[in-house]
Amino acid sequence: MSTTPATVNRLGLSRGEYSGGKSTLCTGCGHDSISNHIVSAFFQSGIDPYDVAKMSGIGCSSKTPGYWLSRASGLNSIHGRMAPCATGAKAANRNLIMIGVSGDGDTASIGLSGFAHLVRRNLPIAYIVANNGVYGLTKGQFSATADFGAKQKSGRLNPFSTIDLCSMAIDLGCTFVARSFSGDAKQLVPLLMAALKHNGTAFIDVVSPCITFANHEGSRKSFAEVKEHNVILQELGFVHGFEEKTVDYAEGATETVDMEDGSKLTLRKLDSRAHDVRDGTAAISLLRAAREAGEILTGLFYVDAGHARETLTETLNLTEKPLAFLTDDEARPPREVLRRILDDYR
Amino acid sequence: METTTAARPSTVAVQAASQTVNDCVIEIATVNGSGSQSANNILLKAIFRMGVPVGGKNLFPSNIAGLPTWFTIRVNKDGYTARREDVDIVVAMNPQTALDDMKKVKPGGVFLYNAEIKIDASALRDDTRNIGVNFRELVDQATDAIKLKKLLVNMVYVGILGELLRVEWDALVSTIRDQFRDKAKVLESNFKALEIGRQYAIDRLQGHFPFAVSEMSENRGKILIEGNAAAAIGMIFGGCTFMSWYPITPSSSLAETFIALAEKHRKDPRGKNTFAIVQAEDELAAITMVAGASWAGARAMTCTSGPGVSLMGEAAGLFYYAEIPGVIWDVQRVGPSTGMPTRTAQGDILGAYTLSHGDTKHVLLLPGTVEECFEFGMTAFDVAERLQTLVLVLSDLDLGMNVWIGDEFKYPEKPFDRGKVLDAAALAKLPKYSRYEDVDGDGIGWRTLPGTRDDKAAFLTRGSGHNKHAQYTESSPQYREVVDRLVKKWNTARGVVPAPIIDRTPGAEAGIIAFGSTNMPMREARDILRGNGVDTNYLRLRALPFNEDVEGFIAAHDRIYVVEQNRDGQMLDILRAEFPAHAVKMRSVRHYDGLPITAPHIAGPIFAMEGVSK
Repeated sequence: MSTTPATVNRLGLSRGEYSGGKSTLCTGCGHDSISNHIVSAFFQSGIDPYDVAKMSGIGCSSKTPGYWLSRASGLNSIHGRMAPCATGAKAANRNLIMIGVSGDGDTASIGLSGFAHLVRRNLPIAYIVANNGVYGLTKGQFSATADFGAKQKSGRLNPFSTIDLCSMAIDLGCTFVARSFSGDAKQLVPLLMAALKHNGTAFIDVVSPCITFANHEGSRKSFAEVKEHNVILQELGFVHGFEEKTVDYAEGATETVDMEDGSKLTLRKLDSRAHDVRDGTAAISLLRAAREAGEILTGLFYVDAGHARETLTETLNLTEKPLAFLTDDEARPPREVLRRILDDYR
Repeated sequence: METTTAARPSTVAVQAASQTVNDCVIEIATVNGSGSQSANNILLKAIFRMGVPVGGKNLFPSNIAGLPTWFTIRVNKDGYTARREDVDIVVAMNPQTALDDMKKVKPGGVFLYNAEIKIDASALRDDTRNIGVNFRELVDQATDAIKLKKLLVNMVYVGILGELLRVEWDALVSTIRDQFRDKAKVLESNFKALEIGRQYAIDRLQGHFPFAVSEMSENRGKILIEGNAAAAIGMIFGGCTFMSWYPITPSSSLAETFIALAEKHRKDPRGKNTFAIVQAEDELAAITMVAGASWAGARAMTCTSGPGVSLMGEAAGLFYYAEIPGVIWDVQRVGPSTGMPTRTAQGDILGAYTLSHGDTKHVLLLPGTVEECFEFGMTAFDVAERLQTLVLVLSDLDLGMNVWIGDEFKYPEKPFDRGKVLDAAALAKLPKYSRYEDVDGDGIGWRTLPGTRDDKAAFLTRGSGHNKHAQYTESSPQYREVVDRLVKKWNTARGVVPAPIIDRTPGAEAGIIAFGSTNMPMREARDILRGNGVDTNYLRLRALPFNEDVEGFIAAHDRIYVVEQNRDGQMLDILRAEFPAHAVKMRSVRHYDGLPITAPHIAGPIFAMEGVSK
C-alpha cells in the first residue's frame, strides 16, 4: 500500500528537488535519517516546497532544516522558541505549510512551555522532535527526555524522571500524536505524510540516537537498545487523496484514518494490545505501561481526524488572504472610523 | 442629613472672598476597587468640555481592591496639566488615608471628607475650609440597591464638587449621558446621585468657595485621552496585523484597547479578522511570535513593560542580527526588578538601547505626547520594516495610563512603508539574489517572504553566524562584513527615525534636552525659568539613534541640561558616549521617585546650576 517510487511526483518534481544543503552532523547521526525521511514525505506528498515554512530552534536537530527543502524558506530561530515563532508565522500567513523540527532539549527543557502552549492552541504544524536524550552540541549532558537511570557516556546515571512528550501532548489536547524511530522509514514516512496533511498540531516524537554521545550501552537511546526495545504498535500506510487507488487492505485488523483532505492513513495492528487511536485516555495509559515495561513503543497513539478541536487559524477567525499580504485598504479602516473612535474622547 | 461636622464650615479661617478661577488641583482619595474612576473621569471630562485645559492622573496601588488610590485633576488655564505637587481640594473618601490627605491641602484650600470618617474636630486644620458630608445618607436617597451604593457615592461627590466649582451642569449631563449611553438604568441612577450631590451643595454648602472653573475655548479640535489608547488607535490605522502580548502593568490597557478596537473596526466584508492577536504564555513567547509573524510578513508588535523587555532580550538580538522587523511597545514602570509596577519612570532607556548580548543596538522611538503615541502606533511599523530591525517604542506609565489633552488625531495620508521586499515577479527579473547584500549602499538588503514562488527566494533565516548570502558561516571576514554593514544601516537609521523637535527662545544660552513624558511639564518649567531670567532652548528627542540636529544643538550651547526620569541619567550617558567632545557641558537633571516629574523638579535644579537664586 505504500506509494510506488516514481522519478517525479505529481508536480513533476524529482526527489532531488526536495533536497537541501550538506549535513554537518556526525556521520551516522539519526537526525540525518530523519531529514531523509522528511524529503521522502514531501516528495511523495507532492507538496510544493514554495508553500512550506521550515521552523526550528537551536541544537543539532534544529540545524537540519538546512539539509532539506532548500526551496522553502526557514527560520532557524533561538533556543526553545521554535513553537512561538511558528505560531506567529502561521498567523501571518495561513497558507504556509508548517513543519518544525526541534530537539529534546529545545522542546522538553528550554522550550517546554512553548511546546505546551502550541499544542493547547492546536496550531496547524507538523512538529517533529528528534529525540536522543542528550545535548549533543555541548557534549553529552542529559536532556529532560533521558530515561530515569539512563547512563551518560561518562558513566553518570540520570537521577530524574523522564518527560514523555507524547503523553504530555495527548493530555494537552494534541490532535495527532505519534512516536517513531529515525531508522524506521516504513513507519516514519507515512506518519510524516499524515502529519503534513493533518489540520492541527501533529506531533511526532522521533527517537533518534546520538551516535557520538548516547550510542553506548545503558544510554537507553542507542541504536542497539532502540532496536531491542522498540515495540511497533501498527504497520502504517498512507494513501494520498490524489492517488487513484483503493486501499489495499492487508490481512489482519486494518483500520483507516480518514484525513480531512481525503487522504487515508492505514493502520494494521502488529502488537497484541488492542488500541483505539481515537481514545486519548487509553493512549496515555498505553504509553505509561510501555514505559514501565522498558519498551520503546512506536506508532500512532492518538488522532482527532474528525476535527473535534478548532485550529488556531480558526480560533483567530482569520481573513482568507494571508495577513502578510493585506493591502493598505484592507488593513487600514476608512477615515470615518477614526472620527467615530475619537468621539469617545471628545 | 446634616452632621455636626458638616455644619462647621464656618470654623474655618478661609481668607477673604478671593476666588481662583481655572487653576486648581483636586485630589480624590478613595479605595482601589471602589469604582470611583468613572466618576472622576466624568468630572474631568465635563471640565474639558467647558473648554478648560485639564489633566487627570490615577495614582493606584498594585492591588485589585482595598488599598488606597488617588485621582488627581489639574485644571489650569495656561495649559499646565502635568503634575503639580500641592493640592487645593481634597476629597477624602478613604478612612485609611484621610488624615494624611488632609495634610496635603494647601493653606486656603478645601478639605471635603466623608463624615463617616470620624475626624476629631481638634484634628481639623484651621487654615483650610473643612466640609464633612454624610455620604451614606445622601446615597441612601439615590438607591436602595446595596451594590449600587458603593458606586453611586462617587457620583454624589461629583455632584457636590460640580456645584461648588461651578462646573456647567450641561457639561456634566452630556458627559454622563455619553459615558453610559448604552445603559439606560445606570444612566438614570447616576443622574439621580449627581442631582442629590448638587442639591446638597446648593442647600448646605453655600457661601464662599475659593476655586471655580469657568468656560474657556481652549479645547476646540482637542481630545482627552491616555497614551495607551492613543497607541492602540494608531496600531489600528497603521495596519498592525499581528499582536502578541503577556499581560503586565502598565501596558495591558494598550493591548485591551487594541483588541476592543480591532474586533470592531478590522473585519473584512465577511466578518473575518484582518489581524491576529495571541495572548502569549510569557514574554519570551510574545516576542518570538512577533519574530515569526514579521518574518512571514505581518506588521507585528508586542506591548510590555520593563520586566517583559528584560525577558525579550535574547530575541531582540535575533531581530537585530537576522534583520527581522518588529515592534516592542514598552510602557515603562519603576524598576529595578518588579519595582513599583504602578509608578512611572524612564528607566529602560539604556537597557532597551542595547537590549541583548553581543554587539546589539536598537532603534528607539520616544513619544512625548498622546498625538505621538498615535503617530508612532502607525509609523513604528514603517520604521521597523524600512530598516528591517527591531524598534522599541518607549512610553511610560504617566504618558500611557494618565489622561492628557491632545490635538484630534489626523487620519494618515501616507501609505504603509513595507520596506524592501522582493516578490516573485521582482525576483524573476534579477540574475541573482542574496539576502544580506548591500545592493543600494544604505546598509539595508532586500528581503523575501516565505511562500515566494521563485527559486532564488528561499533562505534559512538564522541568528547564528551568517554571510551576506544568508549561509551559515564561521569565517571571520564574512562575519565582519555583515556586522559592519549593520553599522552602515544604523547610520541610515539616523535619517529614517523621527527628528528631534527644537523650540528656541531668542537669546537663550542654556539648552534643555528631554524626551517622553518629561515633555509634559516642560513648557511650565521653561516659563518658570524664563520668569526668573533663565531663557532656554529646548530639544525634545523623539528617537535614537540621534541625527545631526542633536549634535548641532549641543554644540550651539554652553550648557545643556539633560532632564530624565531615572536615577543614573541614562540618556545623558548615551549622549556623552555619542558626543564625547561635549561631554563636560552636559549636566543632569533627574527625577526618579516613581511619581511624575513636575515643573519645579526641572526648574529647581537648573536654577541651582545656573547660579540663580530663586
